[in-house]
Amino acid sequence: MTGIQSKNLLQNYPRIFVLMFLGLFIWGGVGCGPASAVEPDEILKDAGLEARARVISSQLRCLVCQNQSIDDSNAPLAHDLRVLVRERLTAGDTDDDVFAYVVARYGTYVLLKPPFNINTLLLWLAPFLILVGASFMLYRGYQGRMVAEADTEIDALSDAERLELDAILSPSSTSSDGDDGPDGS
Amino acid sequence: MITEFGHFALVLALVVALVQMVLPIVGWVRRDDALISTAPPAALLQLALLTLAFLSLMYAFITSDFSVEVVWKNSHSAKPMLYKISGVWGNHEGSMVLWVLILALFGALVALFGRNLPPSLKSNALAVQASISVAFLLFILATSNPFTRLDPAPLDGRGLNPILQDPALAFHPPFLYAGYVGFSMAFSFAVAALIEGRIDAAWARWVRPWTLVAWMCLTIGISMGSWWAYYELGWGGWWFWDPVENASFMPWLAGTALLHSALVMEKRDALKVWTVLLAILTFSLSLLGTFLVRSGVLTSVHAFAVDPERGVFILAIMMLFIGGSLALFAWRAPLLKQGGIFAPISREGALVLNNLILTTAAASVLVGTLYPLVLESLTGDKISVGAPFFNMTFGPIMLPLLVAVPLGPLLAWKRGDLAKVMERLYWVTALAFIITVGCFAMIERGPWLAPFGMGLGLWLVGGALAEPAFRTRLFRAPMADVWHRAKGLPRSAYGTMFAHMGLGLTVLGIVATSAWQSEKVVSLKTGQAENIAGYKLVFGGVAPRSGPNYKEMVGLFTVTRGGALITRLHPSKRRYAVQKQGTTEAGIYNALLGDLYVVLGDQLDNGSYSVRIYFNPLVRLIWIGTLFMFLGGMFSLSDRRLRIGAPKRATLPAAPVAAE
Repeated sequence: MTGIQSKNLLQNYPRIFVLMFLGLFIWGGVGCGPASAVEPDEILKDAGLEARARVISSQLRCLVCQNQSIDDSNAPLAHDLRVLVRERLTAGDTDDDVFAYVVARYGTYVLLKPPFNINTLLLWLAPFLILVGASFMLYRGYQGRMVAEADTEIDALSDAERLELDAILSPSSTSSDGDDGPDGS
Repeated sequence: MITEFGHFALVLALVVALVQMVLPIVGWVRRDDALISTAPPAALLQLALLTLAFLSLMYAFITSDFSVEVVWKNSHSAKPMLYKISGVWGNHEGSMVLWVLILALFGALVALFGRNLPPSLKSNALAVQASISVAFLLFILATSNPFTRLDPAPLDGRGLNPILQDPALAFHPPFLYAGYVGFSMAFSFAVAALIEGRIDAAWARWVRPWTLVAWMCLTIGISMGSWWAYYELGWGGWWFWDPVENASFMPWLAGTALLHSALVMEKRDALKVWTVLLAILTFSLSLLGTFLVRSGVLTSVHAFAVDPERGVFILAIMMLFIGGSLALFAWRAPLLKQGGIFAPISREGALVLNNLILTTAAASVLVGTLYPLVLESLTGDKISVGAPFFNMTFGPIMLPLLVAVPLGPLLAWKRGDLAKVMERLYWVTALAFIITVGCFAMIERGPWLAPFGMGLGLWLVGGALAEPAFRTRLFRAPMADVWHRAKGLPRSAYGTMFAHMGLGLTVLGIVATSAWQSEKVVSLKTGQAENIAGYKLVFGGVAPRSGPNYKEMVGLFTVTRGGALITRLHPSKRRYAVQKQGTTEAGIYNALLGDLYVVLGDQLDNGSYSVRIYFNPLVRLIWIGTLFMFLGGMFSLSDRRLRIGAPKRATLPAAPVAAE
């Protein structure tokens, strides 16, 4: 598993680094400063709509920044997206409509919470699978230990060992050497 | 000259590390005591050489010697002295030197204080430790040499990234590295035990202090980073599930699990194989963290090294050590004998639950962090895995553990009685219940789950106090008697109490500030006021001010409550001349029930300023909680058992097959 991942990482290094370089460049250029971003003039009069807008904004990625939501970024693109989200909400869109609208334009990359589909199946199921897998292994291990313990208690000695022990313990045996006991009798 | 001297010391350190890696193992194979005993002096010499290298690099930074490339790139003559010094590790090359320095420091500490260790275990562990050193010294010398000169020397440097010029961030990397690298001790001991093919309860006793020190440093390091983000990034966020944060959080989760499983191993001789595996996994996650941060494979604020050559090199180191140690584990682990059995409801059982949940949590964070990377390289599809994903998965995974934490220390070893334990937690349960109901009654807004979260936090804090209270017969015996018992209680019991209390305080802080933060985003003209959480803030305008290497616009806010003056806040926007970058400095007032947090925004067209005002209830409990965890570690570390409780076995001849 690690090997496969690593190989692909290796192959993709140039691409990843070009992207990163561009990212850094853009980061310096368009000013995604680390500062909260919603401006007073963007806020909607309707408090209910505004609250929904904030929740939606916190789940949309600022595409020219590094791991920031548009709610956290003061980049111009984030501003445009925040305004767009509020326009859609004012026009009567549901939250899902707004997400669909943004995804249609910017792709699923814009969603900080990845959608549940074939690509992300493993991602979403991973925590659950890991927990179930680990619990199962634990249970098996525990059972195995109990069985092993039972074995050692009840059936600890093999026949040869029992003979050996008898030989050692029997008062008639004068030999102190355990190996010779069974042969001698 | 001093720079060349440092370079030379670095190369010599590599040679010494090679010796320390090879000779003890050869000695162990040939049963040659003289060769085995080379490990401790080599470890000390390696530390001395790396200290020299580090100090000469620091000298170049302090004297602003811009003929050294790293200094030119990351320092500036007008920078305050603190940041000239922290600039040594505020860059890729210097931070890697710090990395190996701390590695050597841990090795030297084992050489010095590991007197009660069996000589072969000690020298083999030091040899494994040296192999890590060799790999990273090669990495530094081949791809990231901090002593490269520039000719001609530039007149002045380019300066350090302004948002990194901060006291908390100056000391954040050393702590973080001490944590990351400290786990290498547990790793080295685990691999040494696998090489020897034997392990016993004493092993856990020897390894635990080193793991504990590493864990304490990592706790403080992560906490400092989070505190820095809180006041420096300017919107009161304290954890972002950024890949680089995750890179430090995963070893912390695994390290926490390791501390607990080593406890079972020490006391009950059980979970031995698992503890060894966990020691390997914890350091593997540290290596992965180093790779993620140092290679810059994940784009993020922290990733300042952009060079594929380096990434591939660290990837190779990582695969070598993780692959090698896991292969060794698969080969040798069957040799290790399993110890005592226990019922599911028992102290051991509780600690197994701890391990199950913490490793699941660490694995989930790992999947979430690497998934976008892997998916993109496999299919080319780009997805984002951000905070909402981690909040949705990490929280539910951790919940059962948080509920179970107070029960664990009260359960008996081997076979516990849950009903009896609940009886002892009667008052704590009642208190948690009252708080939950109280929160529901008093606070009308916020998510309905939040009051339960507060109850949970109190359950943790109260539960942590319940165990020592029970053992000292608090309120059931005369005070003098209680005091006598309290003095007699082992320090480790207080360690558990403080660490678990800290966890509870952190939970309280997280829940309160996440659920009940208030926020106002407004545009204010001079003289205008805004109210938040019972406080009234009057905006007194903006004035310019100059710092050592920046200029700033400072806003003046007068805070009153019920007409009485509380404080004045001065949030500012800074502009650093050299880097042409800005930072925002929040104005923060620490009130009893939370933080008043003001951020000055830009000037708007009509002459007013955009201002953000937050009230973050109980937010400081998050970091106070981590301090309690650290304190718990200190208590546990000072326990008699770890200092002088060297088992008799240690003095026996410890040759691998002594009984032939």
